[in-house]
Amino acid sequence: MAVGKEIRNQISSIKNTQKITSAMEMVAASKMRKAQDAMQLGKPYATNIRNVVSHIANANPEYTHVYMKERPVKRVGFIVVSSDRGLCGGLNINLFKAMIAAMKGWHDQGVQVDICTIGAKAGSFFNNFGGRVVASVRNIGEKPELKDVIGSVKVMLDAYNDGTIDRLFLVSNTFINTMTQKPTVEQLLPLQPADEPEFKHHWDYIYEPDPQVLLDGLLMRYIESLVYQAVVENNACEQAARMIAMKNATDNAGTLIDELQLIYNKARQAAITQELSEIVGGAAAV
Amino acid sequence: MAMTTMHLDIASTEAQIFSGRVTSLVVTGTLGDMGILPGHAPLLSALVPGPVRLVTQDGEEQIFYVSGGYIEVQPGVVNILADTALRADDMDEVQAEEAKRAAEEVVLNRGAAFDYSRAATQLAEAAAQLRTIQQLRKKAGHH
Repeated sequence: MAVGKEIRNQISSIKNTQKITSAMEMVAASKMRKAQDAMQLGKPYATNIRNVVSHIANANPEYTHVYMKERPVKRVGFIVVSSDRGLCGGLNINLFKAMIAAMKGWHDQGVQVDICTIGAKAGSFFNNFGGRVVASVRNIGEKPELKDVIGSVKVMLDAYNDGTIDRLFLVSNTFINTMTQKPTVEQLLPLQPADEPEFKHHWDYIYEPDPQVLLDGLLMRYIESLVYQAVVENNACEQAARMIAMKNATDNAGTLIDELQLIYNKARQAAITQELSEIVGGAAAV
Repeated sequence: MAMTTMHLDIASTEAQIFSGRVTSLVVTGTLGDMGILPGHAPLLSALVPGPVRLVTQDGEEQIFYVSGGYIEVQPGVVNILADTALRADDMDEVQAEEAKRAAEEVVLNRGAAFDYSRAATQLAEAAAQLRTIQQLRKKAGHH
């Protein structure tokens, strides 16, 4: 009986898709746990380096580093951190929307924008969008290393040092929980001073070689560590978003299969009824 | 009261390497090896690739390898901010160039200057790692 062959084919193809999406969901869930662990591992460094930088800054009030000086804004830089792969719901596009809103704010003030992209999605999006992309990194993978971001951060820091850009922002997703990732635009440079009272006491340090050189190196590493943290955090966000997106896809496939099954059963029943009534009709005619 | 131990944190961007109380510490600063005991004067120094040798509260000696970074000494607290990546100005420069190039989507052959700076840094790194291994061997010999 050839009834509903197309429907049966469609059901089996949706079942295959469902298998794939549910496998991807489980993979994303396990990767998310790892990514969250990696996020925690980097926290002590970021805290410690911030403390050290604040100590030096407070110990040497006469020396103001260029990273701490506000200057009139003619051009701003954005570092945007995205994922390399898709199938993670609205994660990247929400981030880009937040960034475009921020960029528009500067454009309206007549300020130009330079962009540094981290991740393949941001790379291709902003190349098509028409921003001035000055540096880009892609294919960082699931285990980001600091060396992956050094180059692109240096491009932006150099641009800041020689006065090409006057402010630097970091655009990335913040991991709030598995269900929620929030796009944030954070100012990296000039550094917002930390006015916490614990940094007010100052040590009379012995410096090797000298405070300026140390501060230069430390501040560079500080910015790098912030960007690196953003990359790691974005990775956790990506996996969480993918997990949710795949869960939804699996659920939707389930609903679709149920509906199709119902249609198939109805068609089958109708065919049987029709056949029966034909037989009965035929028998009555004899 | 004389201090007998100090708190030591060794962290890199990618992980916390050590955290706990130690009685002594030897690191490789830019101006040479430095021994640090509890109560050391406040100090800030850059580190070059090399071993970090420490003796924990229980008298156990541990050796870590860091490829550069910074050390901050406060009375009673020591912070080591370790680099995990190989660092040298010209190499950073190369990576910056690479990022720019990726933005322009142009694939070029890597120049000879790049290979030289990478080789030089790797050599320094290898020598420092060798030193760490030798120290670890020496330590193993004592037992």
